[in-house]
Amino acid sequence: MANYTLKVRRYQPESGEGPYWEEFDVDLDPSLSVLDGLLQAKDRDDGSLSVRCSCRAAICGSCGVKVNGSSTLACKTQIGEAHEAANRRSKDASTPPPRGADEEYKPAEGEERGARTREPGREIARDDERGQAGAEDAPIVIEPMGNMPVIKDLVTDMESTHWTKIRRVTPWLLPHGEAPEREYVVEPESMIDITQSMACIQCGACVSSCLSMEADPDFIGPAALAKAYRFVGDPRDAETKERLHDLAHDPHGIYDCTHCFSCIDACPKGVAPMDQIMRLRRKAGEHGIDDDPNNGHNHVTAMTKIIEKKGTNDESLLIQESYAPGVKGKLKPTKGAVKGLTESLPTVLRAIKTGKARSLSKLIPGIHPKLPGGAQDEVKAIYEHTEAHREEFNLYIKGEEGDEAEVAVAEGLEPPQSREEAVQ
Amino acid sequence: MPAHDVLVIGAGLAGQRAALAAAEQGVSVGIVSKVHPVRSHSNAAQGGINAALNPGDSWESHAFDTIKGSDYLGDQDAVEIMCREAPEEILHLEHLGVTFHRNEEGKLGTRAFGGASAARTYYVADITGQAIMHVLYEQLMKHSDSVARYEEWFCTALALDEAGECCGVVTRNIADGSMELFEAKSVILACGGNGQVWKPTTNALICTGDGIAMAYRAGAKLMDMEMIQYHPTTLAGKGFLITEGARGEGAHLLNAKGERFMERYAPNKMELASRDVVSRAEQTEINEGRGFPDGTVALDITVVPRKRVHEALREIVLVGRDFAGVDITREPIHIKPGNHYTMGGVKTDVDGRTDIPGLYAAGETACVSVHGGNRLGANSLLDTLIFGRRSGVDASARAKRIDRTRPSKAVLEAEQAQIDAISSREKGSGRRVSEIKLELGTTMDAKVAVFREEAGIQEALETVRRLKGEAESAYIDDKGSVFNQDILAAIELGYMLDNAECTCVAALERKESRGAQYRTDFPERNDEEWLKHIDLQLSDDGPEISFSEVTITQWEPQERTY
Repeated sequence: MANYTLKVRRYQPESGEGPYWEEFDVDLDPSLSVLDGLLQAKDRDDGSLSVRCSCRAAICGSCGVKVNGSSTLACKTQIGEAHEAANRRSKDASTPPPRGADEEYKPAEGEERGARTREPGREIARDDERGQAGAEDAPIVIEPMGNMPVIKDLVTDMESTHWTKIRRVTPWLLPHGEAPEREYVVEPESMIDITQSMACIQCGACVSSCLSMEADPDFIGPAALAKAYRFVGDPRDAETKERLHDLAHDPHGIYDCTHCFSCIDACPKGVAPMDQIMRLRRKAGEHGIDDDPNNGHNHVTAMTKIIEKKGTNDESLLIQESYAPGVKGKLKPTKGAVKGLTESLPTVLRAIKTGKARSLSKLIPGIHPKLPGGAQDEVKAIYEHTEAHREEFNLYIKGEEGDEAEVAVAEGLEPPQSREEAVQ
Repeated sequence: MPAHDVLVIGAGLAGQRAALAAAEQGVSVGIVSKVHPVRSHSNAAQGGINAALNPGDSWESHAFDTIKGSDYLGDQDAVEIMCREAPEEILHLEHLGVTFHRNEEGKLGTRAFGGASAARTYYVADITGQAIMHVLYEQLMKHSDSVARYEEWFCTALALDEAGECCGVVTRNIADGSMELFEAKSVILACGGNGQVWKPTTNALICTGDGIAMAYRAGAKLMDMEMIQYHPTTLAGKGFLITEGARGEGAHLLNAKGERFMERYAPNKMELASRDVVSRAEQTEINEGRGFPDGTVALDITVVPRKRVHEALREIVLVGRDFAGVDITREPIHIKPGNHYTMGGVKTDVDGRTDIPGLYAAGETACVSVHGGNRLGANSLLDTLIFGRRSGVDASARAKRIDRTRPSKAVLEAEQAQIDAISSREKGSGRRVSEIKLELGTTMDAKVAVFREEAGIQEALETVRRLKGEAESAYIDDKGSVFNQDILAAIELGYMLDNAECTCVAALERKESRGAQYRTDFPERNDEEWLKHIDLQLSDDGPEISFSEVTITQWEPQERTY
């Protein structure tokens, strides 16, 4: 048994007042969940504290919330771990924000320069010392999910957001012709492949964490697109190409994802929605759908090729190839290419203005530095290995994170060199 | 007043299947659920669904296993229907898009399950219930024109007309607290079981026996209420389920001395004997001091190849990691028997009809009875689908046949008054609803569990009756209208207490040991006196007992060994 403080963002719509914070003291075994904590507060202190919940075992998908700022299921988050995370978070908040990568490092007052390169063991000791300075008992912060309107306390309106988006992707199988007398005979791997998407419990944690949706509320989003892959990857579905065309041509579709990995982190079931979006993109390309209005396909292809060839992003090439694929080296560019390049100008200017493309000189083709030594060969090797082992990235085949190292060792793949070595 | 020809209460597998079947008949259908349909507890069915679909298998073999598993309390006509129609149902689901596991030829593949004489369990990894339910929900979205969904609406009572026929349901829209009287020609109860009456349980918090209690209050007969399944592999304390699929894949049960103790209880089927048999074996090991200090035995999945575990038992890997801190691919996990399934329920015929005209029941809410004294693993999904579909079809036929009668507003007013009364109780006027629920759960788990005896059941019954009195004055905190879960919990407590009372009365009455009912004071099965169902009907003094025959078609009761 241990004592915890839950700091809950509450909202009682009938009170006429805005949201407020309320703290509840609970007392339970650290191995129990944040949901168990909330239910104890509800049972003992205030029955009006509202949270959807049912199975308590991460299968019904009801209790999506934010714990310490991260979207997750309350039932799947151990309260002891949430408490530690809250302490770490409160410490982070009291230390200066991380510096920009380019900024030269200057030790803060009283901080030794060596502190930055301390060994892991030392780091823990250091954190403990800091912990004593005050953050020991930071409350566990619990809020409703993001990107959705709040109905009451931790209950959000999933219908107007999540479910509307799910319905957007025609979420049912569209086979052609009469069903066979027996089952459809399909590759066994194809069923395992889409089972990762089927593992989705529609909890909305990915939607809550989605940064693209924050910027573009119309983005179809990680959950609905993972659902879409469940049909696109299903050999029984006869409208694969139509689905892909639809999702690629929607300006809020598959190319609206910015590849930020938030949904993968948030998903409690290992569905890895972003991976499913990437698979949709790849399949769209395989089906020759390369004329989407976002230039998404060309952009992805260009980026992939550039990294394969040069190891780092050559921004000048990326813009050329995204807007006018194949233009490089052509003395007489096609009309379409000229149009594309012209259309790219506002993007180029915006990129320079915002610092995404750092200087004009960066935009002159052909001066992009190559990786030193044999590093480029290693990048190529990663490409080849990935291509050859695509299907093994499915969780139903490779298992959880802990097994990755073993899989690599078993297949004779060398562990990657550290960055310092590679640069030397 | 919303009106439909067929109104389905509950949107798990039985409810969704019933609604889709009714829609196919061309009637107007509504489906009401207190949670969003995909939150329903059918999600939790991990292991699979049985059907004799392989060329070497037969429905008779499936039926015999089911009947033997039921300890001969299952009605054999109903079991025959279920097992005969199973293959077609599996193929139907496959055609709708369920991602069933395939064998190397790309055809449907099976796994072994408890109490079965052939590997006839079809599955999607260990998320079979979830995979099927999400596919049915896809179909509900597809057929939005013909099936109206009322998501997050709570039912408080059935409405009967003057002739005693069911003609509607009183509901509360959880979003805003408004009360609504739904009109229907046929009402199908598909509200799941009553696992929350016990603590711990593998069941979700929503499994509060709503359908069983509403039917009982309306005067319908309940049957086999003493038959409560304890699942052999649940996590101690938390009650989470570890699928029987783990044993189907070859996992062993070990006591603290490392012995594979099932050798002594079921030398032929070992870990894959019927659930009642395995649960009793485990509890005996624990009671006789051969368990671990935390009151458990161990499930050893490390004997199953790791690659296979990841492919077929991934959910269990997650449950072990997230809820027990154990990597099941590397070390055994501690488990014990835990409350899992309601074999009994609202007495129905093979078309889901109850004693009340117009009222149907399907799935765990119903007792057809195909499970009798003990349900076989992977037969519950099948039960929900077969009898869900049959209820939907018959309810539609009735709706086409009869004229609509309008339910009286009086029932709506009475329900509103009841809710107002609960809301108006002052804090401190009685006990908290949560306290009463906790006492109920721990009492039932202590006295009406794997092993039972007269004094214990009697004590439980007295406790339940005291708690019923206390519930009358229990108070709640939330007085609001929007998403008031407090008021729902108070109503659910009433449902649970009715369920508990019926279980205690039936368990006390059955003076023999059969299936899940093991009486230490009557340790033998007694076919002469007790090869019959106990039926319960509400009277002024609580549940009134009567008996009904068990239907036997071709399998005479035999001694039951595994």
